[in-house]
Amino acid sequence: MSTGFIFALTGAILFAAGVAGVVLIGHLLRRILAFNLMGSGAFLVLVGLAQRQDVVDPVPQAMVLTGIVVAVAATALALALVRKLHALTGQLELPDDVDA
Amino acid sequence: MKRYSLVVLVLSLASAFVFFLGRAMLELGPTAIDLRAPVAAHLAESGVTHPVTAVLLNYRGYDTLLEIAVLLLALLAILAVVGEAPASPTRAAHPVLQALGRLAVPLMVVVAVYLLWAGAFRPGGAFQAGAVLAAAAVLLHLVGLLPGWSKPRLGLRFGLAAGFALFLAVAAGLLTQGSLLQYPPAAAGVLILLIESGLTVSLALILAGLFLLLSREAEA
Repeated sequence: MSTGFIFALTGAILFAAGVAGVVLIGHLLRRILAFNLMGSGAFLVLVGLAQRQDVVDPVPQAMVLTGIVVAVAATALALALVRKLHALTGQLELPDDVDA
Repeated sequence: MKRYSLVVLVLSLASAFVFFLGRAMLELGPTAIDLRAPVAAHLAESGVTHPVTAVLLNYRGYDTLLEIAVLLLALLAILAVVGEAPASPTRAAHPVLQALGRLAVPLMVVVAVYLLWAGAFRPGGAFQAGAVLAAAAVLLHLVGLLPGWSKPRLGLRFGLAAGFALFLAVAAGLLTQGSLLQYPPAAAGVLILLIESGLTVSLALILAGLFLLLSREAEA
């Protein structure tokens, strides 16, 4: 079992935990965090599987670097939307979740 | 009771997913497409000597072009969402924190410039440099030395868009030579440094803006 596989397996676990969080958690801030956990898991799988052989493949690393920056931007936008929702309705959950 | 069964269902599905994905990853053979050899073979004509920077700004330059476009778009969307709020006066932090901020920020600027320069031959580059600069701005804001942003004025707007505009201008200029973002090998190093410098400034402003635009609303 190589180091790369351990990274990839950790990434899979993080991704699954993130998916479970997105499905189960109603609080939007935590849901955004869970979504970020999914993203981090996917990045770990990418870089982990890329170093199965001895020499590291730079292409997945560059893709992950790009992905991290885009994830930061998406998170910031999501936070801005959540704050707008909070300012308008005073709630941090989606209306469907509140009714259920 | 319904909630409890949902939790059990989701958790067991997630565990099964991890189990099967782990099994699949263990049985994965060598990659069908090996990109390491072509990356190494063309490194000499890419203008930089670090393979990740070569991939980011030369081989797959359009990825990076679209990435800065996405960042700019996210900032514009945030500007649209939060609307206009007056910049509120900042609350000064403890003098020791302020002194620490004053000490740390010049060092962070030096580190950012080093990271930008080092990106050509070792881990580093525009994104890391921009992130350090943005962190410096956030630090200054948190200790009360830099007010949160209100509506961005003309200079700031130029700064935010400069990296993307510069990158796009270089890409369009290279169309006359052949295809989009295909640098001539002789000028590749200079062009990449030019693009990365522009990207660093814009990224720092955008990433700092994500924080400073959102924080001014909380103070108001």
